[in-house]
Amino acid sequence: MYRGTDLPSDGLIAVVKRDCPTCVLTAPVLGDFVQRTGLAVYTQDDPDFPETVPGRIDDTMLDVSHRLRIEIVPTLIRMRGGQEMDRTYGWDRAEWERVSGLTAIGPDLPMSRPGCGAKNIEPGIIEKLKIRHGETGLASRRIELGGGEDEIEAMFDRGWSDGLPLVPPTEERVLRMLSGTARDPQEVIGLCPPDLVPATVEKIAINAVMAGCKPEYLPVVLAAVEAVLDEPFAMHGVLATTMYVGPVVVVNGAVRRQIGMNAKGNALGQGNRANATIGRALQLVIRNIGGGRPQEVDRATLGNPGKYTYCFAEDEEGSSWEPLSVERGLPQGKSAVTVFAGYGLQGVVDQKSRDPESLSRSFATSLMAVQNVKLAPACDVMIVVCPEHERTFRTAGWSKQRFLTRLHELCEISGEELISGAKGIAEGGPDTLAGKMVKKFRPGGILIVRAGGGAGMFSGIIGGWAASGARGSSPVTKEVKT
Amino acid sequence: MSLLLDPTAERSPTVRPRLPRPEKLDGLTVGILDISKPRGDVFLDRIDERLSERGITVKRYMKPTMARPAPLPLRQQIGTEVNLVIEGLAD
Repeated sequence: MYRGTDLPSDGLIAVVKRDCPTCVLTAPVLGDFVQRTGLAVYTQDDPDFPETVPGRIDDTMLDVSHRLRIEIVPTLIRMRGGQEMDRTYGWDRAEWERVSGLTAIGPDLPMSRPGCGAKNIEPGIIEKLKIRHGETGLASRRIELGGGEDEIEAMFDRGWSDGLPLVPPTEERVLRMLSGTARDPQEVIGLCPPDLVPATVEKIAINAVMAGCKPEYLPVVLAAVEAVLDEPFAMHGVLATTMYVGPVVVVNGAVRRQIGMNAKGNALGQGNRANATIGRALQLVIRNIGGGRPQEVDRATLGNPGKYTYCFAEDEEGSSWEPLSVERGLPQGKSAVTVFAGYGLQGVVDQKSRDPESLSRSFATSLMAVQNVKLAPACDVMIVVCPEHERTFRTAGWSKQRFLTRLHELCEISGEELISGAKGIAEGGPDTLAGKMVKKFRPGGILIVRAGGGAGMFSGIIGGWAASGARGSSPVTKEVKT
Repeated sequence: MSLLLDPTAERSPTVRPRLPRPEKLDGLTVGILDISKPRGDVFLDRIDERLSERGITVKRYMKPTMARPAPLPLRQQIGTEVNLVIEGLAD
């Protein structure tokens, strides 16, 4: 049963558009139907088409097409008593004869021709129709802005922004964003701190719109949200700490290239929409859904610029090392995100080492400065190894594991150096450290990814949170599901 | 008119709430903004007297013209110097 009174309750209905060659082909048949049995023809694009049917009905607003759920034109439908009895689409003489109950139709036409996509399901149009017909299924509250109100300013005023302008989350944009996933808009991805509010796919999509994401980024955003809301990541603590950290998102697998992420030159910098907006969307989720705002529950002393957005892809192509997601247990080729509570970037400049031992020592010595040379064990770290540095390990046949093992060996400090007052620095540990060797990093506390441009022997260290591991935050990896 | 979807957990009203009205003025700094309407000063001077008698700190401001919004520097100055503002809207 169809709503509305303008649809004939009995007889034949056809939906066509001039832009479709198959519809043009069937125009004489439609004219013939009018003569023989009567027919209501709805035209999607040109009210003057088909000329063979004088009483054709203008459906350029596409409301009838939408109500009939037309997907292909031409579509031929037989109604009886207000019920649809049968339908066929495209041109197929036998099918049209079956549905219409007529014989010897379109004798000059070929046996069959495929139809064309209907106009009412085109992207950008289907969303408008769903809104007009009250079929969005969106549960979020609508906020009506005054006629004279500037949308961008209104969003700033409501406290939704991270400090930069946002894209207005209209129903149409949110619907289009949700087309990027098959997940139910009301599915709860997790409880979002600090308010511990259910973060639904729909709410996350709204924030992804505001961040500037494309619909195809949404699965990555959802995976990142799922990862930070996983208990081991301790998102509440990462937010509430006075330290610098925020979620750093590393993306692996095919999705990186599908959505055009940057893993190469300036991978950690500006200029790539996917990198920039996925990380931003995650931060907006924490701000708007969770209610986590600076100088409120976010107690960061300094924070870091990565708290606007900190997301990049690993450069897997040409690397001899397994991707981070594989090292962390996912099958090769699976798209995944790994979140790490991190901040900033400390450079590791080494333009002279050409053997892995020398380069490992360079990295290890640089790593000693993380947090403070007087502090060990320190926080977890993520090392971003540039391709020219990775090449040195590759040509020497060093696996990532061998490099990691060597780093842990080298990142060991004699307790005397760590004691409070040693080196004339009050910061440090107790006298009982004397005579001991102390590891700078806990086992598993060094993550390695490969990224960056082909030129430049400049790697980087992303520092972590002092409360790393079980007592605070552990990195979390999640598969990207569409 | 545009319609936006609420990105928050919907724990606050859609309309931006005003700051709550203070229960007492003790310890607060009150701004008095003269919008340059004729004789507005007569009324506002009296308010100033009454508040000052109660030991409340009062700061006086004046818009250059009633016909235009207060200039931005003046709004910023008021925003940083006082806890609440009283202004006379009509003559």
